[in-house]
Amino acid sequence: MNFSTRLDQIFVLLQHWIEGFFPHWLQPAVGAVVAVIAIVATFPGIFAVTTVLERKGLGRIQNRLGPNRVGPLGILQPVADGIKSLTKEDIVPRSADAVVHFLAPVVLVVAIFLGYAVLPVGRNMVLMNMDAGLLFFFAIGASTELSIFMAGWSSRNKYSLLGALRAVAQMISYEVPLLLSSVVAVMITGSLSTVKIVEAQSGFTGIFPHWYVFTPWGFAGFVLFVIAALAETNRSPFDLPEGESELVAGYFTEYSGFKFALFFLGEYLGMFSIAGFAITLFLGGWGAPFSFLGFVPSWAWFFLKLLAAIVFFIWLRGTLPRLRQDQLMNFAWKFMLPMTLLNLLVAGAWRFLGDGWSRWVICSLVLLCAYVLLGRVLMRHQRLGPRSYRYAE
Amino acid sequence: MIFGISIAFLLTAILTVLGALAAALLKNLVHCALSLTVTFAGLALLYLQLGAQFAGFSQILVYIGAVAILVVFAILLTRGAGIPEYRDFSSSWLAGLVIAAAVFALLGWAVARSFPANIAASAAPAVTVQSIGAALMSTYVLPLEIVAVLLTVALIGAVIVAMPESRTPKSGAEASGGK
Repeated sequence: MNFSTRLDQIFVLLQHWIEGFFPHWLQPAVGAVVAVIAIVATFPGIFAVTTVLERKGLGRIQNRLGPNRVGPLGILQPVADGIKSLTKEDIVPRSADAVVHFLAPVVLVVAIFLGYAVLPVGRNMVLMNMDAGLLFFFAIGASTELSIFMAGWSSRNKYSLLGALRAVAQMISYEVPLLLSSVVAVMITGSLSTVKIVEAQSGFTGIFPHWYVFTPWGFAGFVLFVIAALAETNRSPFDLPEGESELVAGYFTEYSGFKFALFFLGEYLGMFSIAGFAITLFLGGWGAPFSFLGFVPSWAWFFLKLLAAIVFFIWLRGTLPRLRQDQLMNFAWKFMLPMTLLNLLVAGAWRFLGDGWSRWVICSLVLLCAYVLLGRVLMRHQRLGPRSYRYAE
Repeated sequence: MIFGISIAFLLTAILTVLGALAAALLKNLVHCALSLTVTFAGLALLYLQLGAQFAGFSQILVYIGAVAILVVFAILLTRGAGIPEYRDFSSSWLAGLVIAAAVFALLGWAVARSFPANIAASAAPAVTVQSIGAALMSTYVLPLEIVAVLLTVALIGAVIVAMPESRTPKSGAEASGGK
């Protein structure tokens, strides 16, 4: 085994080394525990880094400095935040439903951590290579909606309940395009297993990889998936459920101390996992972007792509204004849904048109025409024009 | 193994039954709905223990992701989910008991009849998600399409019911109250 393969498999080798200390019958269980510990340690670690990155990035976008007091350049800010949330008083409103109020953040974080079980973060680095891995991820993702409802309802606060209703309505509406846009990758691969989807994209033509995003249906699917993913994770511009200016903080208004931190953690972990699945489905997973970069370990590529996705999400948050509720729903049902359905047909056509250049032209043209036509029809009654400002006189 | 039953099965079965009991016995309707969700999750775990991945994950996706949400929304939109203002037991409890017993007897009879003569001889068939998909797309494509058309009709019907009746004159607009 040469050096580069060894470096690529360093975490797998480490896991086997730890397993070696235990008797034979205990080894599978120990291996699973080690992998779980690695997941539970890594992604909250990225969360800590992301909070600094996001606050500093947003600060730059808004022409201010961001956190710069704790440690050099403010990079120890997450430590201070963690100590703060651990030592704060945990207040439960008197009229709140104590049991459900306690269970909601726990259920949310547990469900989101479960989703990481099928996320391949490197070659041979997946906790469970399940036959129906993608289905598992979406099933687990669907159960987070209930915990958000539990949080909003148990707080006995009208802002919390409104925020929860908004969040659930939004998540259910965007779950349909999210699922349908990922189906194209499954159709072309012929498997629901996340590992097989990554392997199907691991070839190269010249120096360029066979990522699904570089095909017409893959590009459309990727854009639709990212939009739906933003809405699923309640990120800006789809952050209506927790719009501070309207609903205080939405469904977690009545949470304080560590439970609030759990909601925060759950939200960011959900963002990482869904970004990880966007990478797995369309951006080649742990594959290198050029054939001559194959010596870099596979896990490094995955986390670099994840970091790029996080930066992209922060950039969007700093740039786009919040949507209105009717715009949100119109966009989901009148634009996203027809486009994803059409994309399914295009992916099927791509599969049966054979290996020529003709399928590139046909598929691209169909998607482009549909995009332009849908946009024209939807925008016809919007009466968009130059913004007129009205001042108090 | 306890009495020939695996511990994992025992735990899931207890969880499922407890969830169902709580759903029937708790006073607060939202608590009942949440306990019902525990039962759904327990059923999904039972499917997974039987090696039926597709059925198990579909159970979670459909029942926890959609049906449970539908139930809690229906409760919130209709009666406010507060302290119940009606009596704990309805007046027709005797009829309910008889119907429940009859349903249980029928199901028990059907299950008891369906036991194969020798369990050990029948090997579990290896059903993957792929084979389910292939069967749905080839042998059962007509039923699948009929179900799809039915669901689309239901969806369009729901949208039409929920649409504001803009064509009717102003006086009739207040009377519309469809959900």
